[in-house]
Amino acid sequence: MALEVNGKVIETDEEGYLANINDWTPEVAEAMAKADGVDLTENHWEVINFLREYYDEYQIAPAVRVLTKAIGKKLGKEKGNSKYLYELFPYGPAKQACKYAGLPKPTGCV
Amino acid sequence: MAEFDIPELKEYPIVPHIKPGAMEHSKPFVAKPEFQEPLGYPGELVDNWQQVAIEKLGELKGKYRSLQVFLDACVKCGACTDKCHYYLGTADPKNMPVARQDLLRKVYRRYYTFAGKYFPKLVGAVDLTREVLDDWYAYYHQCSQCRRCSVYCPYGIDTAEISMAAREIMDSIGLGQKYCNEIIGKVFKIGNNLGLPEPALADTLEGLEEEVYEDTGVKVRYPLDEEGAEILLVTPSADFFAEPHVDGLIGYGKVFHEAGVSWTLSSYASEAANFGMFIGSYENMRRVALRIREAAIKLGVKRIVFGECGHAWRVAYSFLNTLAGPFDFLDPNYPVPQHICEFTYDLIQQGRLKFDKSENDHMVLTFHDSCNVARASRMGNFPGGQFVIPREIIKATCNHFYDMDDWGIKEATFCCGGGGGLLTDDLMEIRIKGALPRMEALKDVVENYGVTHMAAICAICKSQFTKVLPYYGFTMDQIVSVHQLVSNAIILTRGKDEPGDEADTAEAA
Repeated sequence: MALEVNGKVIETDEEGYLANINDWTPEVAEAMAKADGVDLTENHWEVINFLREYYDEYQIAPAVRVLTKAIGKKLGKEKGNSKYLYELFPYGPAKQACKYAGLPKPTGCV
Repeated sequence: MAEFDIPELKEYPIVPHIKPGAMEHSKPFVAKPEFQEPLGYPGELVDNWQQVAIEKLGELKGKYRSLQVFLDACVKCGACTDKCHYYLGTADPKNMPVARQDLLRKVYRRYYTFAGKYFPKLVGAVDLTREVLDDWYAYYHQCSQCRRCSVYCPYGIDTAEISMAAREIMDSIGLGQKYCNEIIGKVFKIGNNLGLPEPALADTLEGLEEEVYEDTGVKVRYPLDEEGAEILLVTPSADFFAEPHVDGLIGYGKVFHEAGVSWTLSSYASEAANFGMFIGSYENMRRVALRIREAAIKLGVKRIVFGECGHAWRVAYSFLNTLAGPFDFLDPNYPVPQHICEFTYDLIQQGRLKFDKSENDHMVLTFHDSCNVARASRMGNFPGGQFVIPREIIKATCNHFYDMDDWGIKEATFCCGGGGGLLTDDLMEIRIKGALPRMEALKDVVENYGVTHMAAICAICKSQFTKVLPYYGFTMDQIVSVHQLVSNAIILTRGKDEPGDEADTAEAA
């Protein structure tokens, strides 16, 4: 599969995750979200940016409790829970948000 | 939500009229060479695949006598036909266990029986064609190896074993499944299914310690790689990562805290799951299992305890000793290995855990027996312990518990629909449809007893239900971990320097 962003063809895997993490730009995230019919708001970007920072340090997406804690600190306690994250990313923060952030899909029993 | 019809929930499972070919299209992504090769398999379908597959079948039936018996023994009595959740949910006749077995059996007959070699049409023997291979790939990935059919088979034919053999044959010709094989590769490379490296694991556990301290005021530890600890806890990596799994992990830590034993997780063996079993590969299953042995030796532990993971407990309980034993370096006074439910249950029996059950009063519970625990292992030292022990833990920690109907619990339990290596998004249709009987059983207790939550002791079940419950009108948070209930209700003993400690209060006064 492939994704076209600003005339450039970007390779993705069968499920639309980037084949090469270095291909990511904010426009890539916008294009992926648009294909899903999602408008990326500032709140989405808070999550996406945190995922990218965390991945940069740990080479893996954050566990759900790590993510909710970090978002709670940044955006207020009432948003530091998975319910809020599912509102933003109905297909699951781990999967949908990782995809927009250009990270590989979390594998395993999740 | 979905591009297919969600089955309608009835009062109890109704055997559907057959719809031939209804799930023919359901095929998981094929593993690329990069996921095949680390497991010792060809990267792509080999040119002489028919020959290699037939030889592999011959090898497997020689190595596993059970496979040969299962291929020979079926008398087509039909007892299994309505026992598979995937048949009940899809009506595709090839999802009847006997038909699923026959996909391999008809090829076995053609090449390995006298009648099949000379009079194939008389005995339903067929050549191994591309069409047959495509059917294998589709329908052996619509079996969660739950073994429910084998309970009702008068000969005890185990479809799970046939489906494992079929997957091993497909892997050996270069036609592997992406989901399982990518994951097994991650265990070899990083130590767990998720690919969670040691620094991320350490960070996650540190976060949990903080969280529990904030919640309870008690310093419960979640140690990693601590040499000399008494117990090595091996748990599915989903316990670190996902909800409600992590609440179970928090519960294990609280139980160890109250037991007063030292314990540790291992970053090298940071996975209980062993997908080597799902793909029927003894070699890969052994490689995964050996990591646990190596970690136990390196850390110098005396006991190994497994967290809430269904198929891991089958591998642990039934195979670990022959795969990775002998475990003569562990303390023989304890079961090798032990299940966390056995551990908690023992403490409850000894009166060493105190609970405030009212902490779970916002829930009315039922229990989902995970297939690999129910039908492929045991717990405790009495028959049926695997059914009794988790229920006794729930009853000790909750005021409201109701079992689902007999047709869907204990040895008759229905699979969650996502076991056996099917817990992947590319198989969502079969996962949702296969959950039908369990959803019907759940609906019954919801309507009749006001059940609000279902507890489970398997990472796959928990993730699967989180995903499929909403398709049937439930909510994703209605699935909980058994040790989450323990975690909610357990009364922790406070240390001297912990807030709320009576001594502190007395001094302040």
